[in-house]
Amino acid sequence: MKLIERVAAQQSAIVKKWFELVAATYPEDTARFLKSQKDPFANPVGQTTFSGLKAAFTALLEGADAQTQAEALDPIIRIRAVQAFSPGQATVFILALKPIIRETLKKELTGDSAYADLLDLESRIDEMLLIGFDIYLKCRETLFQLKVDLEKNRIYHAFERAGIVTLESEEGATPEPQ
Amino acid sequence: MNVKYMYSFLAVIVLFLIAYVGTEAVGLQWLFGVLIPYVALAVFLVGFIRRVMGWARSAVPFRIPTTCGQQRTLPWIRPNRIDNPSTTGGVIARMFLEIVAFRSLFRNTRMKAKADGRITYQWEIFLWVGALAFHYAFAVVLARHLRFFLEPVPAPIKLLETVDAFFQFGLPVVYLSGVVLLIAVAYLALRRIFIPMVRYISLANDFFPLFLIFGIAFTGILMRYFSKVDILSIKALTMGLVSFSFPDTEVLKAIDGLFYGHLFFVSVLLAYFPFSKLMHMGGIFLSPTRNLPNDTRMHRHVNPWNYPVDVHTYAEYEDDFREKMVEAGLPVDKPLEPAEAEKE
Amino acid sequence: MKDLPKPKDFYSRLMHRPGSTDWMDTPVDIRKGMYCYAANPKSLNILSAPFARDWNPVEEDWKLPENWQQILHEGFKERLERFRSFKVFMDICVRCGACADKCHFFIGTGDPKNMPVLRAELLRSVYRNDFTTFGKILGRVGGARPMTLNVLKEWWYYMFQCSECRRCSVFCPYGIDTAEITIMGRELLNLLGLNIDWIATPVSNCYMTGNHLGIQPHAYKDMLDFFVDDIEEVTGVRVEPSFNRKGADILFITPSGDVFADPGTYTCMGYMMLFHYLREKYGFDITWSTYASEGGNFGFFTSHETMKRLNAKMYAEAKRLGVKWILGGECGHMWRVINQYMDTMNGPADFLEEPVSPITGTKFENAKSTKMVHIAEFTADLIRHGKLELDKSRNNHLKVTYHDSCNPARGMGLLEEPRYVIRNVCNHFYEMPENTIREQTFCCGSGAGLNAGENMELRMAGGLPRANAVKHVHEQHGVNMLACICAIDRAVFPPLMEYWVPEVGVTGLHEMVANALVMPGENKRETDLRGEPLEGMEGDTDE
Repeated sequence: MKLIERVAAQQSAIVKKWFELVAATYPEDTARFLKSQKDPFANPVGQTTFSGLKAAFTALLEGADAQTQAEALDPIIRIRAVQAFSPGQATVFILALKPIIRETLKKELTGDSAYADLLDLESRIDEMLLIGFDIYLKCRETLFQLKVDLEKNRIYHAFERAGIVTLESEEGATPEPQ
Repeated sequence: MNVKYMYSFLAVIVLFLIAYVGTEAVGLQWLFGVLIPYVALAVFLVGFIRRVMGWARSAVPFRIPTTCGQQRTLPWIRPNRIDNPSTTGGVIARMFLEIVAFRSLFRNTRMKAKADGRITYQWEIFLWVGALAFHYAFAVVLARHLRFFLEPVPAPIKLLETVDAFFQFGLPVVYLSGVVLLIAVAYLALRRIFIPMVRYISLANDFFPLFLIFGIAFTGILMRYFSKVDILSIKALTMGLVSFSFPDTEVLKAIDGLFYGHLFFVSVLLAYFPFSKLMHMGGIFLSPTRNLPNDTRMHRHVNPWNYPVDVHTYAEYEDDFREKMVEAGLPVDKPLEPAEAEKE
Repeated sequence: MKDLPKPKDFYSRLMHRPGSTDWMDTPVDIRKGMYCYAANPKSLNILSAPFARDWNPVEEDWKLPENWQQILHEGFKERLERFRSFKVFMDICVRCGACADKCHFFIGTGDPKNMPVLRAELLRSVYRNDFTTFGKILGRVGGARPMTLNVLKEWWYYMFQCSECRRCSVFCPYGIDTAEITIMGRELLNLLGLNIDWIATPVSNCYMTGNHLGIQPHAYKDMLDFFVDDIEEVTGVRVEPSFNRKGADILFITPSGDVFADPGTYTCMGYMMLFHYLREKYGFDITWSTYASEGGNFGFFTSHETMKRLNAKMYAEAKRLGVKWILGGECGHMWRVINQYMDTMNGPADFLEEPVSPITGTKFENAKSTKMVHIAEFTADLIRHGKLELDKSRNNHLKVTYHDSCNPARGMGLLEEPRYVIRNVCNHFYEMPENTIREQTFCCGSGAGLNAGENMELRMAGGLPRANAVKHVHEQHGVNMLACICAIDRAVFPPLMEYWVPEVGVTGLHEMVANALVMPGENKRETDLRGEPLEGMEGDTDE
């Protein structure tokens, strides 16, 4: 059996461990809430994270393209990008998959071919991390853009109230969707 | 190690030992059997009343019910008369359900999305069941204890005992309420210890009454089913307490220290009650988000301390902007002064 | 470079938060993106608020007055006497935890101090220390702690991470209302000049110019005139709003946000078109006011007194203009203030008449004392009596879901009226999951004066539960429009949607009404108010 198949056989155990590690990046009492509450509306963070990890793991095993991987990771990182995490903290969970796989398959990692497979899988995880960085940065850019738009509107309208800009230019600006 | 519940736990153990040693070894039955219960009851009554009076003294400046349903509005829209009451009757119904059925706690619904995206609801029912079981079991146990203070024992209490002993097993026959109380209080305590979120918000004051009540229930059950204390002497003491005619020291000495531990727990609970969160028993009746109708657009509520405030009047506003208003064709109360008008 | 952790440390530090200490031992960490800037002293001075000064929340020194602890203690005491709610809520919480996971800020940020019970404990711990015997004797064991600078900073940080939405209060077995706690907390902070600028400046604007945005009377009129042109462009009908007109039947007051920021502007056009329609058909007589040009009340997020000072304009203007009653636009906290505070604070409104719809003759019994009617009530009544000619199909390009704004839901109970209106003006309406609407509605995450720009992360995190429910109906039913009856919602949902569910737009109720409304003498409509082609008209506009 190839290593990747063995990993696939352990899918649910690995994803569960992975999720627990992600939850452990939150304060203890919050982590418990994230893990125990199954209602996706009462606990969007936990449930989104769990389903995102599942999808990301599947994408990884299937060697899916960057787009599919990004779709899986996006909801998780989108949340972490607005919580109190540094860029590293927000994305490091992807890296955490490596020790989990090594740990879970410790006994089966014998022989050169298994190691070669493992290296291959870990390279894929590295790539996934890069995809994660991209998403994180895009999220932060969106946030900053939202802030800039708000400031811009505020300053623009302050000018307008002060009569510095005229109605003519306003016509072009006002209908612009936010 | 969580000091909050360890402190509380140790406090309860120490309290028991004080009473047990105090009666069994030192012979202070009179103190633990008569004096302390009276003092505790007095502290309870005075403290409770003072606390409620204290709340009542504070004003209710605004009518701020939390509305949990459709308001009373156009005649063809059905209002939710209980969750958004507009009448006193509705408020009474709301309060009644809140107090006897813990309605707000019951509202805890959880939802699950099925694989096909459909949504199902379920009640997160444990806290509600635990709380309800605890309060009702406690109430029944309390009511049953009236048999120690009334002679002859009134029929309703006998009936209650019969119902409580419905399952007719064990000897003496097991009262359901005592067992339920013990289980419920244990659940509430374990929940505080083991659910991190609840442990995080808990204070020593949250554990102490739970342990104390657990102690009360536990000693009570020990006495009834295992240690078989001298019931007749106890009844002599309790009847003495209500009639202010105290039995001889001999009778008091005949009672096991376990009973004094039990009684001391109860005394501590009574004395502790008015100073603690247990006052929610009285407070719920005074909670302004629940005990007022949502009718402030229909009937004016009066704030007893409403005081005048500075406002920026229309006249001042017009003074600030008169020129611009006139220029824009907005009506003004006072025409522009000639000097100002000339400037235009 | 010494500070840089070794690679292995670095990894494990990223993966694990430091062990969770007791909340009293966890010092507050005022984070960028989560807090709003300090109030501009100029704004505080306009209101004669105490201790106006330049200060910065992230700096160590908050430039507090010498006796700040005493000021807080006395302020606390005074409020315990004035507000039974405050006193009872300080005493009776049993910390059962039912509220803990009901708060959108806790759900979204994962910060345990955002659990409503802990937010209240921040104040309660000081209350126990200062005002209860047990707290004084037992100290820390009894859950009490003295007021220190760190506690003050914690108060400030978390009182401005609560949107006073009252969702927790619905689930509390004793009805403890965190909004009430936050209101008191903010009042106390204001005694030390510790407001945020996003609240203080709108309040001073509103005080001086009549609205939060500081729009002066002529500019206010200009904005509405500009809408008149826009409406004409779309419908061919020229509406004529009137301002500050004495002797009108009804005074109309709406949040200034609708006059000013998209997409609220379309809702504002909606009002104007509805009023024009009613005037043409039934002789409806209504006036706008530039003095009472703000429905919202950021004073409510400052103190009861400030709320009263701003709210006073409504009745004062109604009295000056001699109208019969007041009609109020779509706004959230405005309606909590009107429903639960206005008549008590600034009434009795005995100079007004009990409101009766001049078109249908309906008596608004539920508003007979305040004499102020919600426009959703008013419009629902019109539709019920068949007084509006509506072409629902003009909203066919919209698949709508409806967000119950917190205050009309939990401080009033306005649930069915807007739904009735929506069902009558559009064909595709889908509800979000049950525990995210009506009295259980999730806040937009930016209410109670938290809709600033600098706290965008907080807003996005706090709005996640709401956005998540929108996302669900978007994926299930293709919902592309989020309707609401709150000006803050209309201002904050566009960025929230852009971040979480970019395909969903935001609209007010009366924008949809106006799109469906068949105006007398109108041109065949090819686009909606936003200039988007109507269904079946996509080709026509290209020509």
